[in-house]
Amino acid sequence: MATSATIHAHAPQGFIRKYIFSLDHKVIGLQYYFLALVAVFVGMFLSILMRVHMIWPTAVLPLVGEIKPETYLSLLTMHGTIMVFFVLTTAPQGGFGNYFLPIQIGAPDMAFPVLNMLSFWTTFVAFVVILAAFFVTGGAPLHGWTGYAPLSALTNSGPGEQLGADLWITSIAIFCIASLMGALNFITTTLDMRAKGMTMMRLPLTVWAWFVTAILGLLAFGVLLSAGILLLLDRNLGTSFYVPLVVVNGQIMGHKGGSPLLWQHLFWFFGHPEVYIAILPGMGVASQLLSTFSRKPIFGYKAMVYAIMAIGLLGFMVWGHHMFMSGMSPYTAFAFSLMTMAIGVPSAIKTFNWLGTIHGGRVRFQTPMLYAIGFVSLFVSGGLSGPFLAQPVLDIPLHDTAFVVGHFHLIMGVAAIFGMFAGTYYWFPKMFGRMMNETWGRIHFVITLIGTYCIFMPMHYLGMAGQPRRYSQFTELAYLQHLIPLNTFITYAAIVTVSAQLIFVLNLFWSMFKGPKATDNPWEATTLEWTTATPPPHDNFGGHTPVVNHGPYEYSVPGAPRDYVMQTDPATVASH
Amino acid sequence: MGLPLLAIIWLITFVSTYFFVAQTWWLPHGASTSTPWIDHQFALTYVLMGIVFVAAQGALGLFVWQYRDRGSASKVTYSHGNTRMEVVWTALTAILFIGLNLMGSPIWASERFAPADADSVPVEVTGMQFAWYFRYPGADGKFGRTDVKLMDPSAGSEAAIGLDATDPAAKDDVVTGTMYLPVNRQVNLTLRAVDVIHSFFVPQMRFKQDAVPGLIIHMHFTPTEVGDYEIACAELCGLGHYKMHGMLKVVSQEDFDKWLATKEAEKQ
Amino acid sequence: MATLSSPVTIDVPKTGQGGGGVRPPAYGGGGDGRGDGSPDYGARLRRLRLGLAIGLTSVTMIFVSLTSAYVVRRGLPTLDERTNTYVRDWIPVDLPITLLLVNTALLLVSSIAAELARRQITRQAALAPIRSIPGISLGEGKGFPWLGVTVVLGGGFLVGQWMAWRELADRGFYLATSASSSFVYLLTATHAVHLAGGILVLLYAAMVSLLHTPVEARRVVVDVTAWYWHFMFLLWLYIFGLLWFVR
Repeated sequence: MATSATIHAHAPQGFIRKYIFSLDHKVIGLQYYFLALVAVFVGMFLSILMRVHMIWPTAVLPLVGEIKPETYLSLLTMHGTIMVFFVLTTAPQGGFGNYFLPIQIGAPDMAFPVLNMLSFWTTFVAFVVILAAFFVTGGAPLHGWTGYAPLSALTNSGPGEQLGADLWITSIAIFCIASLMGALNFITTTLDMRAKGMTMMRLPLTVWAWFVTAILGLLAFGVLLSAGILLLLDRNLGTSFYVPLVVVNGQIMGHKGGSPLLWQHLFWFFGHPEVYIAILPGMGVASQLLSTFSRKPIFGYKAMVYAIMAIGLLGFMVWGHHMFMSGMSPYTAFAFSLMTMAIGVPSAIKTFNWLGTIHGGRVRFQTPMLYAIGFVSLFVSGGLSGPFLAQPVLDIPLHDTAFVVGHFHLIMGVAAIFGMFAGTYYWFPKMFGRMMNETWGRIHFVITLIGTYCIFMPMHYLGMAGQPRRYSQFTELAYLQHLIPLNTFITYAAIVTVSAQLIFVLNLFWSMFKGPKATDNPWEATTLEWTTATPPPHDNFGGHTPVVNHGPYEYSVPGAPRDYVMQTDPATVASH
Repeated sequence: MGLPLLAIIWLITFVSTYFFVAQTWWLPHGASTSTPWIDHQFALTYVLMGIVFVAAQGALGLFVWQYRDRGSASKVTYSHGNTRMEVVWTALTAILFIGLNLMGSPIWASERFAPADADSVPVEVTGMQFAWYFRYPGADGKFGRTDVKLMDPSAGSEAAIGLDATDPAAKDDVVTGTMYLPVNRQVNLTLRAVDVIHSFFVPQMRFKQDAVPGLIIHMHFTPTEVGDYEIACAELCGLGHYKMHGMLKVVSQEDFDKWLATKEAEKQ
Repeated sequence: MATLSSPVTIDVPKTGQGGGGVRPPAYGGGGDGRGDGSPDYGARLRRLRLGLAIGLTSVTMIFVSLTSAYVVRRGLPTLDERTNTYVRDWIPVDLPITLLLVNTALLLVSSIAAELARRQITRQAALAPIRSIPGISLGEGKGFPWLGVTVVLGGGFLVGQWMAWRELADRGFYLATSASSSFVYLLTATHAVHLAGGILVLLYAAMVSLLHTPVEARRVVVDVTAWYWHFMFLLWLYIFGLLWFVR
């Protein structure tokens, strides 16, 4: 079996082995990253079409023509699915995690490089399959990224629910397998390949985040896979896992005895850990950057580690909070509600500790830090709407309204994305040997921060006013009419903010070729990736293995010669 | 960059908070017995979360400016944290969150754990792509048989829910597309769905409940003001989800009796 | 005034090159072998076993979720349209017990064969350094093809499962006949798919042995696959037990 022990005898030659089917975790990390970059632009494009349709339902747009109500729902479904899976579950973990986890622990590669390569290409195949759903007869499915049965289980419940829905399920199933392969690699690597002196409690918080995220994925994606297989069987082979006796358009369907709630339980058992999979890596990056750019150790490293673990563990116990209105027992709802409030506690601890890290520090405002600060602000905003939804009695007016949409977009759609921006600007010098442009970075940051707040904060007001989600237009209900101006404002804000992302893309690609050359450690950071060459050699450390003597965030240590002590500095240099 | 950052963060915080406090867009006027309780719990939550929001964002903005790198003037306090503070703010957060939850639980219990009153008005609500139907059991107080084989939405309300005319109990069942309720009396809802999951949402009654195929769900609420209230579908059910709406008309007991009598007479 | 915290003491690496800093390979018990040129099979085995254990966790989760769905569905009253009441509609499946017991025996023997293959190649790998000394012969030859036996018996199990499905169909239980029959097919087919994957890996291991790769490398593959095989047997016992006792 090929493990890193054999792979790094020598670097591969030839274009295919170096860039296409590379076994090098750094190349694979970049492959994941660029896949996610393509996916996010597809996802953003879909969201602009959605927002335009909501305000101008009869508009005929260039290229896409008129958007019918069912088309709107397909756009919505694909937007959610592509963003959650191919952006939020791909770039932070598969992208940055793949690239930097081995380096940050002092390893020459992941534990299983061939598996790593396969996990990327499997993800790629999943992406192709889901995009194919747009082009088949009936088009993409309209049942939302959550795919509730029986809507998703009946081939005649709406346009797009035939081959499009089957492709959607198949893509997700393939993605599950790819994620499980990746999770296996991450966990094995973290447990088995740490360099000498790199104890678990000296791991950077980015590594802790990737590690716990991988455990969440390992335990959750199998359940989604099961759910999807049952759905395929109901749709195509006449089983009745999810579908009771139903009549669609006067036609009695051949199912009997199934339970729509079974889908919800299985889906959300996966779905809730999934949102923590989306946010934990961003939290790790935020911790890393806040410490580095405040020139101060992270406040409460141990508490941060325990908080990550608590979030991971509790994340498996709260799935029912998506189902308070579902017909589930109200007693069960109460239990889930308590657990959900409990999970707010470790999140709060992390926020206090981030603030505590900046407090008493010496803050440098390079672009990575701006995004880390933005992350904290967005996490606070998105997180604090959680306690509303966590109470079943308040979920009565708020469930399935724009309030929920605002809540999860602020956390997943913005805070997590800010984590990716932060990671990009931070690690770009190490990956490409050049610096990204600071001025354009700043402009991008300001427009995106204000823009995303303008898009998603108003959704909370709309939700409180009773605007349901997944409505393709607001022409039918009188009580929604006075909300149209605010919805219009959101649409304009979205157009501006999405357009501003071009600044980022241009900065990214221009800097790759023309940016000023970077030194090995431009941020004066302490973790292992900054001890090695830029970009890192094939085996990460140029033939020797690091030995770690210090914790990951030894900044401004009294008595030390510089205001940072690298993890590999000799043990005699003062530190904790 | 410290000062601009502080300004941006504080400005965002101020503007967001302003619209919450000014209630520019807010919960619609509630007209049910649960309204005061739910609205009170809502207000409590948003005041407490609002305080945390302002404090956290305020601190973030303040700290990034206050602790900006001012060259040799800046001194960093090397510290790995403060365990006592960790314990204190963890405990406080836990008390806040869990306390808030426990405060809302009696309302949840009274809404959902308790069955309907004995003298409540029974109404069966059936959701299907893309309309709501309401059935009243008539003088015998019993809902007649329905049969999926008899369902035909194109042939009127009774046919839409597949009412079996041969069942004696069905003879006095009234099926309408508009929901009428007498004011100040609890309604005993029986929620059903024919094809996919729908959700019966009446914002002004502070009421929402999914209607799930294969389940008969019992729920209740009590309207307290006469008026017309829109019903929205709150669970994605297909291309007509946005236009699957209904109307709830809350009227006096006499008007309700008159309306029901008229409907019964139409059936003969 | 400089305040130094007490110096951290660390183990000096056995290369005897003094304190921290960047030094030759010192992890994983020899890791990537840049020093002596030969890979560390001990580390590789440990890593692969760890990877297997982790991977099997995800397989377990698949069956945990299917079990949960099964148990809940079995006890769930469903709405009877005609009477508007909830009734139990679970029809216990008439399982072809004899056939399934035969299949279980086949899988048990194949597991034993896999274990014998694993021990055999472990011995061979342990003796490999001695064997490489010129002039030494341990006279063992290739040894009994336990791996082949495992593959044949595993294939036999799959054939037997196929026959069991045919028998079920003959008894009127198809995939969509009832909730119970759906689960029977689902659970056994999911297991069969994983077992088939195991057979493919065994075939790979057998193929690799023909290519004169070092016996230590082959040992790692056979070892991990044998453990996977044992898990597949235990998983089958669990599924069989579930379908029989929780009928």
